[in-house]
Amino acid sequence: MDVLVCLKRVPLAGGTLILTPDSRDIETKHLGFGISPHEENAVEAGVQLVEQMGGTLTLLTLGPSDAEEQLRSQLAIGATRAVLIETDGQEWDPQGTAAALVDAINAEETKFDLIIFGAESADSAGYQIHIRVAHALNRPIITNVKSMKVENGVAVCDRVVAAGREHYEVALPAIVTVRDGLNIPRYPSVPGRMQARKKPVDMKKAEPRVPKLEKVTLALAPSKAKGAEVLGNGADAVPALVEVLKKIGAF
Amino acid sequence: MILVLVDHDRGELDQLSLRALTAARKLGQDVEAIVIGKEGAALAGIVGEYGAKVLHVATHANLTDYTPMASGRALKDLVEKLKPAAVLAAGSPRGNEQLAHLAAFLDLPMAAECSEITLGSPHHVLRARWAGNLIESANVHADLLIASVLAFSTEPESANGGAATVAEFEPALEPQDYAVKVLSRDAGESKGGVTLVDAKVIVSGGRGVGGPEGFGQIEELASLLGGTVGCSRVVTSSGWRPHAEQVGQTGTKVAPDLYIAAGISGAMQHIAGMKNSKTIVVINTDPEAPILSYADYAIIGDLHQVIPALTSAIRQAKG
Repeated sequence: MDVLVCLKRVPLAGGTLILTPDSRDIETKHLGFGISPHEENAVEAGVQLVEQMGGTLTLLTLGPSDAEEQLRSQLAIGATRAVLIETDGQEWDPQGTAAALVDAINAEETKFDLIIFGAESADSAGYQIHIRVAHALNRPIITNVKSMKVENGVAVCDRVVAAGREHYEVALPAIVTVRDGLNIPRYPSVPGRMQARKKPVDMKKAEPRVPKLEKVTLALAPSKAKGAEVLGNGADAVPALVEVLKKIGAF
Repeated sequence: MILVLVDHDRGELDQLSLRALTAARKLGQDVEAIVIGKEGAALAGIVGEYGAKVLHVATHANLTDYTPMASGRALKDLVEKLKPAAVLAAGSPRGNEQLAHLAAFLDLPMAAECSEITLGSPHHVLRARWAGNLIESANVHADLLIASVLAFSTEPESANGGAATVAEFEPALEPQDYAVKVLSRDAGESKGGVTLVDAKVIVSGGRGVGGPEGFGQIEELASLLGGTVGCSRVVTSSGWRPHAEQVGQTGTKVAPDLYIAAGISGAMQHIAGMKNSKTIVVINTDPEAPILSYADYAIIGDLHQVIPALTSAIRQAKG
């Protein structure tokens, strides 16, 4: 079983975001970098599948050359090798990104049985790259998967909806996007980190395209911050809260 | 003309789609709607009330349940016939997904989670990023604008319109369009009753609850207020509560009338999922916790004392 997981390097923003002077990006001078939360689950799922069934796990990302750091840290979890499509450092629009991923996947000798994405990126959240890749590769896709089993060439997946759980089955080769909660991502072991340094990371280049979804500027969302009215301390404040709940008609 | 995808689950209307219809009306053109599957035809009344003149109903033997690629194909067939200026849908996981299939079929750009849309050449949108903490100003270079409407950015407003005229059509589906479909469905982790999305009251617990057993008091308060239980990410990743209860960017985004956050400090991704709640009450030992700046009311104190006292006070007040 050969699995491919697609990742994106994103800044690890804590409480408050700060923009660069040209308002086109987040100021990352004082931030570390990681991958999106759902993508940690994607890598864990890939590692588990290869542990159970044998085969290879390849990681693929598009980003600056520094994204090698994120690939190495996920190689330490147990992936086999990685491919980095190096950009000019600018953010690419979803169509340009998807096209470059498709070219890189088609250039691989391995025909991946399963391609896994995280359900959404932490930063741009365009909700489309995985679907564009599925169309270009002519593969079925199931999104927002919360549990997955692969048996006899079929992926059995559940997604959580308001009404409960929906069950899906799809024959491989296929694409899935996974959500936080699919599994509990493991931490890299010390030997894992040592091995990751020697694992192959193929560097590729791709030419940027003129973006059709063109970012002009970013702005901080107007804070809905209200600043709470503090009703008091501990259980003594409960009567005041009961009055508030009565006033808003909570009971 | 603006075409709006009105989403439904086996005939049950997705409420966010009414907001998408409202946003579409603000673009100053005629609005028409599309539903996927013949059960959607029953929505002609409400869709008309919210301003759509025509309800296009995509019917096909293989359109029996949610099949997003088939939705994309049906949208593509209708778009090619009607040539609308824009196709909108709710900025929900399903709305975004079905629009993305349309965009992939047509190889056109798509702007997800838009809070403002201006048609033009190019089109211009404001769209949410970073869980709504950043707003991107973007140009969309395409004749047809494909965009989803950020959940909760537009209040649903009735246009007092009469029922929409129903126009059925059969999209030219390919077998791969319905290769992925729902096989079955069960109640899963949800215990029936009120779901997070529909709840008017949510009582959420975080790290401060201390463990799975601490959620007994949260459940009790939630049921007393006719609401349901939510939680933060740390709670589900510690295995204290099921993931179905997680509120936040990586869980469920909610906007109930009352949101009580107990023992939750307020990570950015949690705030993103609940900041649109009408009234937010925080119970926390730390007066500096970030969630306080989003709250309407706060009690500084230990939830293990405050919640039982609150529960018995509400019982008393109810008589």
